[in-house]
Amino acid sequence: MILQTLYQQCLKNNVTFYDEFQVVDLLMVNGAAAGVVAIELATGELHVFHAKAVIFATGGHGRIWEITSNAYAFTGDGPAVVMRRGLPLEDMEFFQFHPTGIYKLGILITEGVRGEGGVLLNGKGERFMEKYAPKVKDLASRDVTSRAIYMEIRDGNGVNGQNYVYLDVRPESVNKYAAIDGRKNLDGTPYTVTGEQILAKLPDIVDFCRVYLGVDPITQPMPIQPTAHYAMGGIPTNKYGEVIADEKNTAVPGLYAAGECACVSVHGANRLGTNSLLDLVVFGKHAGLRAAEFVKEAAFQPLPADPAEFARARFDRIRTADGKENAFDIAVTMKKVMFDDMGIFRSGKGMENALKVVRELQDRYKHVRPTDTGEVFNMELMNIWELGNLLDLAEVTTVSALARTESRGGHSREDYPDRDDKNWLKHSLAWAHEDGKIELKYKPVGITRFEPKVRTY
Amino acid sequence: MEVTIKVFRYNPEKDKKPSYKAYKLEAVETDRVLDLLEKVKGYQDGTLSFRRSCAHGICGSDAMRINGMNRLACKTLVRDVGAKITVEPILGLRVIKDLIVDMKPFFDNYKKVMPWFINNDPAPEKERYQSPEARLRYDDTTKCILCACCTTSCPSFWGSDEYLGPAAFVSAHRFIFDDRDQAAGERLEIVNEVMGVSRCHTVFNCTMACPREIQITKAIGELKSALMTGKLD
Ligand SMILES: Cc1cc2nc3c(=O)[nH]c(=O)nc-3n(C[C@H](O)[C@H](O)[C@H](O)COP(=O)(O)OP(=O)(O)OC[C@H]3O[C@@H](n4cnc5c(N)ncnc54)[C@H](O)[C@@H]3O)c2cc1C
Ligand code: SF4
Ligand code: SF4
Ligand code: FES
Repeated sequence: MILQTLYQQCLKNNVTFYDEFQVVDLLMVNGAAAGVVAIELATGELHVFHAKAVIFATGGHGRIWEITSNAYAFTGDGPAVVMRRGLPLEDMEFFQFHPTGIYKLGILITEGVRGEGGVLLNGKGERFMEKYAPKVKDLASRDVTSRAIYMEIRDGNGVNGQNYVYLDVRPESVNKYAAIDGRKNLDGTPYTVTGEQILAKLPDIVDFCRVYLGVDPITQPMPIQPTAHYAMGGIPTNKYGEVIADEKNTAVPGLYAAGECACVSVHGANRLGTNSLLDLVVFGKHAGLRAAEFVKEAAFQPLPADPAEFARARFDRIRTADGKENAFDIAVTMKKVMFDDMGIFRSGKGMENALKVVRELQDRYKHVRPTDTGEVFNMELMNIWELGNLLDLAEVTTVSALARTESRGGHSREDYPDRDDKNWLKHSLAWAHEDGKIELKYKPVGITRFEPKVRTY
Repeated sequence: MEVTIKVFRYNPEKDKKPSYKAYKLEAVETDRVLDLLEKVKGYQDGTLSFRRSCAHGICGSDAMRINGMNRLACKTLVRDVGAKITVEPILGLRVIKDLIVDMKPFFDNYKKVMPWFINNDPAPEKERYQSPEARLRYDDTTKCILCACCTTSCPSFWGSDEYLGPAAFVSAHRFIFDDRDQAAGERLEIVNEVMGVSRCHTVFNCTMACPREIQITKAIGELKSALMTGKLD
């Protein structure tokens, strides 16, 4: 609804859309934004947009992982492009795994299901969240619930020994556990639901299950597993949406970012449900307001002699590679190792393996060439370009995660299970240098009204 | 199981005429047709081109004709269509390349019905309240994802792409029956024009094609009766 309304209001206000133009480079001159380079998919032509201000709002990068709720378009183009231009990315190690994705497909089953009284059951039919969060049980936060599911599966308690558990929202189950929990309606009567009420409240979920699983959630439990969902990290910004260039919070004139591609860090290491939309409505507005103010005063930066050169060189390299390697294979391998070793639980050893594999894949990537040599809608070329972004982001994510020797929110280490505020209450900033090295720096966490506390559920 | 997927192919830079190409691959019953296309593209033929994004029936980008029916490739499973699958672009729009069509006429029609909220009273301090019953009045038509499955299955649209088409009617309905909106009259005039609802012969193709199961023909009927009676109820 937000997306529709935004689009419709833009139409009403005659906003110019460049549909199916994909941004592939950011132009920076004198340390300030000067525009972007975009490829027009319909013609393959590179276009230069000379601008006083640029706002990135390109979304997340969940396509790094094998099981994800994210669209194919979530390839982290914004962060990857910005990073290639020498700017840092913040808190990339913090990535959220949503506990309830449809088994194998990763399609999101909203936590509204548990809000309505749905419960998680393991292969033995046990309501296992009682063990992990005795007080709030199935309503524990996403990271806690995802880890619990992971541990159940690892301990052999998945359903039929497989990598999934059940999410059960059948009215008889909901009513049984609501009675056990003593859940009440607002007027004090015991909480109960009927099949019709479930259907009315969760129409999309019922539809997903029927279409993709052939399961009717009113009469059967749903097979689910955790799914890569949301990037807490991204392009660092301040609260005005201005992109910042270093650990001293120096703003880049004319450059803004908002939404999932940005890291204004209202979510810290761990976003709570529904807060992404709040984030992008609030900070998207502020980024827009700031940019509008900025362009009133600012002059255009001069364009370089050949503004599209950097982007063109990258595409030329792809088009003229020797073609020994298959992009799809590389993508599958990346997704698998990132899910296994850089997923819900991490360890030094696993992450080192992930880093090694990702770097090998980056080498193999240099040998990928599209078989499609055309200009018109060359989606193969674009997919390969996007894979380059995913690999680069997988690398910074892993390097940032390896350095952080503690567990916090979306970053859980088996070898460092505790949060370590003494050493790690800080944001990481990662720079990718031209020689291929990744440099990490840190900046303090701003603490205002609420002191960080130990979580107990 | 082995499936054969026969795909409409046309490369404007090389081909004089479109053709069909068949690919064989291993699949399971629960694979989406989109998964098959991705695999064909990844391992057999990188030149195959199509649009897609969300992969679960939400974004509306991968409408195509699958075994003769307009469907979303991501919402159609092998078990729904069997082991012999034919995939073609949706009809009535110019084919640009393979399964990619020119969506401009479709979106132009959408824009004609002023698909945006209009209320010229000063915005209240908080939100504009609406009763659950009033919200329910147009609930069905809020679900449209602009995939074009409906419009491109409509014989009247095949006849002329100037015909507003069911998707535009659905969007008009969404605002006309929203009691907070003030431009119902203007929108009704637009859908009443020559290329409007009068060209709808209630063939039901659109309703059958809608992946969101919107009762399109019913919505169009409500527009027609509002035009006749001058009343919105
Ligand atoms: C299935 C699902 C359910 C969710 N449910 C909730 C929820 O209930 N509540 C909540 O708060 N959050 C939810 N989230 C998270 C939230 O939806 C996302 O974080 C949010 O939509 C991100 O918005 P955005 O505007 O930053 O990016 P997006 O909405 O992803 O938009 C990015 C846009 O940028 C475009 N783009 C990308 N790259 C380029 C490029 N190179 N050039 C040009 N354009 C480009 C894309 O095409 C896209 O249109 C959910 C996420 C998913 C995946
Ligand atoms: S019912 Fe009307 S709009 Fe729908 S397909 Fe038939 S003629 Fe077209
Ligand atoms: S009404 Fe249905 S078929 Fe038509 S565009 Fe909307 S979602 Fe697609
Ligand atoms: S890919 Fe989004 S609707 Fe099919």
